[in-house]
Amino acid sequence: MARRELGEISAGSMADIAFLLLIFFLVTTTMDVDTGIPRKLPPILDNIEDPPPIRERNVHIVLINRFNQLAVEGQLAQISNLREEIKEFIKNPSSKDNLSEGVPLSKKLEKAIREGNTKKATKYKQALKIFGNMRISKGVVSLQNDRSTEYGMYIKVQNELFAAFNDLKDELATAKLGKKYEDLSEDEQKLVRLVYPLSISEAEPRNVGGNK
Amino acid sequence: MAKFTRKGKGGTPAISTASLPDIVFMLLFFFMVSTVMRETELKISQKLPEASEVKKLAKKSLVSYIYVGVPHSQLQDQYGTEPHIQLNDALVTLKEIKPFIISERESRDEAEVPFMTTSLKVDEKTKMGIITDIKQELRKSQALKLNYSTRRVERK
Repeated sequence: MARRELGEISAGSMADIAFLLLIFFLVTTTMDVDTGIPRKLPPILDNIEDPPPIRERNVHIVLINRFNQLAVEGQLAQISNLREEIKEFIKNPSSKDNLSEGVPLSKKLEKAIREGNTKKATKYKQALKIFGNMRISKGVVSLQNDRSTEYGMYIKVQNELFAAFNDLKDELATAKLGKKYEDLSEDEQKLVRLVYPLSISEAEPRNVGGNK
Repeated sequence: MAKFTRKGKGGTPAISTASLPDIVFMLLFFFMVSTVMRETELKISQKLPEASEVKKLAKKSLVSYIYVGVPHSQLQDQYGTEPHIQLNDALVTLKEIKPFIISERESRDEAEVPFMTTSLKVDEKTKMGIITDIKQELRKSQALKLNYSTRRVERK
C-alpha cells in the first residue's frame, strides 16, 4: 500500500465551527428567567377607619369557592367568560345601571384644579389632549377566595383579571396612539394607566365553609 | 495515480493551534452564560401554574424567593405530606418569614430596598390557606412587592 503524505490541515474553518457551536449553545441554553404576575400587597393599617363608601354597583365581586368554582356577582360563572365580563363591567358601554359608574376626564381635571393638585391636573390635561374626554370607571373588582381554593385556580383567575385590564389598555393605545400598550413610551403608558387603573382589590382572608 | 503515491518526507506536520483561542473563548462564554450562581436546591416538588399575562422579573439580585410545595418523597417521613415553605435551603414554618425578609433587606443597599420583590414559587395544587398566611406575613414585614411565579403560555 502506498503511503500518503500528510498535508497541513487547514485551520481556517475552525473558527467557523467554534462560532457555530457557540451560537448553538447560546440559542439552546435556557437561562432560568423568572416570569410571573406582579402584584402589590396593601399595607396593613393600624387604625382601621371606615373605608370610603363605594356604591354597590361599582364593586364587581369575583368569588372562588373551595371546590374551585367561580361566582361573579353571586352567579356561577365560567372562567372563559370572565375576561369579557370584566371588560364590560369597567367600560360599561351601554350605561347599564348595574355596571360601574364613570367620571369624564374633564370632571377629574376640574376637581384636581379645585383641590390645587397641579401635578395631577397636568396629567389629566395631557390625557385629555390625547384621549379626548374619556370616561374613567369607578369600578373595582373584588377578588375573594376560600382557604381551600387551589392555587392554580387562583392564578388562573388573577391571570384573566390581568388580561381584561391589559386588553382595555391595548384597545385604548391602539385606537388613540396607534401602538400596543407595551410599545408606548413610559409617559404614554402612565397616561393610559390613568384612564384604566388596575383596580383589583383582594378581600381580607376569610374561611368560608369548613376548615382546611 | 502517481500523484497520490508520491513519497513525502514523512513525519507528522504540526497541527495549527491558531483556533485554540476560539475554542477556549467559546467554552468560556458558554459557561459564563449558563452558570447560575448558587441555585437553591429544592426540597419540595412543585409544578408552577401557567399564565399568559406575565412580566419578566427585572433585577434578579433584588428578588427573594419563597417556595411552597409538598416535600420530596424521601423527606416525607420527616416532614409529612402537607405543603411546606422553603426559604433558601431549609424547610421552615410561617414564623420564620419575617426574620428572613428582614435579613434579606439588611443585606441590600438601602437605596435598593424599595425595589425589592418577593417571588412566590408555589405548586399549583397547594391550597390558598398557606398562601394567604404568607401574604399576611409579608404585609406585616412591609414587603409589599409580590410576584406570583408562573410558567409562560401563549394567550388564548
